[in-house]
Amino acid sequence: MINQITEKKPKAFSNILLHLHPAAVSEESISFTRTFGLGGMAALLIVIQFITGILLRFYYEPFPQKAYDSILILHNNVLFGQLVRNIHHWSGVFLVLIVFLHLLRVFLTGAYQSPRQVNWIIGLILFALVIFSNFTGYLLPWDQLAYWAVTVSTSILQYIPLVGNSLREFVILGTEVNAETLIVFYTFHTAVLPILILLLMAYHFWRVRKSCGVIIPRSELPKTMVPTYPNLVYKEGVVALTLIALILVFAVFFNAPLLERANPSFSLNPTKAPWYFAGIQELLMHFHPFFAGFLIPLTLIILIAFIPFLKYEQSPTGIWFVSDKGKKSAKLSVVFAVAITIFLVLLNEYLINFEMLLSWLSPVISNGIIPLLIVLGIIWIYSKYITKKFKLSFSELVQSIFVLIITSFVVLTLINIFFRGTNMQLTFPWNL
Amino acid sequence: MKSKKKIEKPKPEKQQPIKIEPPEDKIESRRVFLKKLWMGLGILAGAEFIGAVTGFLFSGKGNSKETEAKKLIEAGRVDSFKPNSVTPFRGGRFFLARLKDGGFIAVSLRCTHLGCSINWEEDKKRFICPCHASAFSIDGDVLNPPAPKALDYYPIIIENGIVKVDVGTRKQREKFNKDQLTFA
Repeated sequence: MINQITEKKPKAFSNILLHLHPAAVSEESISFTRTFGLGGMAALLIVIQFITGILLRFYYEPFPQKAYDSILILHNNVLFGQLVRNIHHWSGVFLVLIVFLHLLRVFLTGAYQSPRQVNWIIGLILFALVIFSNFTGYLLPWDQLAYWAVTVSTSILQYIPLVGNSLREFVILGTEVNAETLIVFYTFHTAVLPILILLLMAYHFWRVRKSCGVIIPRSELPKTMVPTYPNLVYKEGVVALTLIALILVFAVFFNAPLLERANPSFSLNPTKAPWYFAGIQELLMHFHPFFAGFLIPLTLIILIAFIPFLKYEQSPTGIWFVSDKGKKSAKLSVVFAVAITIFLVLLNEYLINFEMLLSWLSPVISNGIIPLLIVLGIIWIYSKYITKKFKLSFSELVQSIFVLIITSFVVLTLINIFFRGTNMQLTFPWNL
Repeated sequence: MKSKKKIEKPKPEKQQPIKIEPPEDKIESRRVFLKKLWMGLGILAGAEFIGAVTGFLFSGKGNSKETEAKKLIEAGRVDSFKPNSVTPFRGGRFFLARLKDGGFIAVSLRCTHLGCSINWEEDKKRFICPCHASAFSIDGDVLNPPAPKALDYYPIIIENGIVKVDVGTRKQREKFNKDQLTFA
């Protein structure tokens, strides 16, 4: 029955929503493990954010005296008020996670190489916009969690040389987080960033189509084409419904956090940055703020943006982990990154404190340049070692180092979220 | 009648076109000129738009910022503060510390690391930041990093035995030294 219809006139021609897809897709490209549906999930989550965000806007008031009360009213007086806020919160959390996983998938299947290099950059910008959306939204409840997380995160800007102080005052419109900060964050969260995300998303999709869809290894060519409806659409439906169900379960069982009203005189103990900045906050425990908050993150972002423009001797596009030895060395990188990161954090916490040990030096040297050189040295020795051990090609080496750094960042993030208690001392999660 | 004549008149001119058009290269240069003119006008319009939006966005902001004029807070009588003690003034965003030698200093409660509000630990006689565990001595000097420099402080005036703190002017410093103290 379905085949008869599609033979006459593919549904993608008659249905505007399906029109985002081509009329036919290759059977290979729609296998679930090719992409895990991560890009589609991100798109769905953004749609959910638009719907719940618009609903929340009918009640939210972006003024310090009113914001917190408007959240209380939403919780106590509005039918499904808490639920809608929970869905918005959890979709926001999931969105950052899924976009991050989407980036990993694209990287690990080599889908960033020509002709997809522009879309890699667009994707990174979209990732940044998603983070900014989340961050500007973090302040809006105007509770202690929001106030201090934003205070701490924006204070990192102070350590950028020369322009730091004025940049921070420019971002939060004053020396402290205040009423003007709230209204500006609100405008970015509910107007500027959503519009930018929507426009760039459309461009991102269009470029996927221009690159002839999802990447497939040359070994699996030629493709067998099948009609998009129902082959792809049904799969997307399964993924979408599963994700929606998962978010609903989270939203029903776990409330979005809301502490007491913001109080500029008392910091929370401990005060933590929003979870996606927790890795940077953990770095701040070990490096001078100029390095932890500015130099290291900026360098990494620039390096990641440059990945597609390096010269690779082969282009193994579409194959997970490039090759078998690529896979082995990536696995070793994960294990090594977990071990070395935990080791260095413990060492710095309990045994070696460079700033105390070398107190005659400026903290920029003792707590910045020296530990940075040690970390770079470790990465250099490690890359020499694996190149020799696995006889890695350049693209496999780049992949291993990328995996090493990303895993370290994830470990730092987890340490900061789950193992930092009162006064930011190391502790176990059950003591938090 | 008159109008008819007027219409008729141009007709013969069209039938016998007089060569009033300039040569090709002049037309070309005129085209280039007009193109450039349009482009220039476009850039000008764009700049005007950006200027207007920037002006719109920034002229209204910052007006409500507190002016950093002298804002004196009366802390209390000199003898009501014991040596080697710290009294919090959360509303004024400072701690009034009196050192062992009797000198006063009003340290800001804003941690120099990332701006959290510090707390006083009486048993250990130190300030501690809840965010990244920076510690400061009673005079605001760094005891434990990551804080890169001593706590900011506010000038103190002592008149007729009453301690007044000028919370309008926050002073930054690298390290503590005796000149920052005020004696009764």
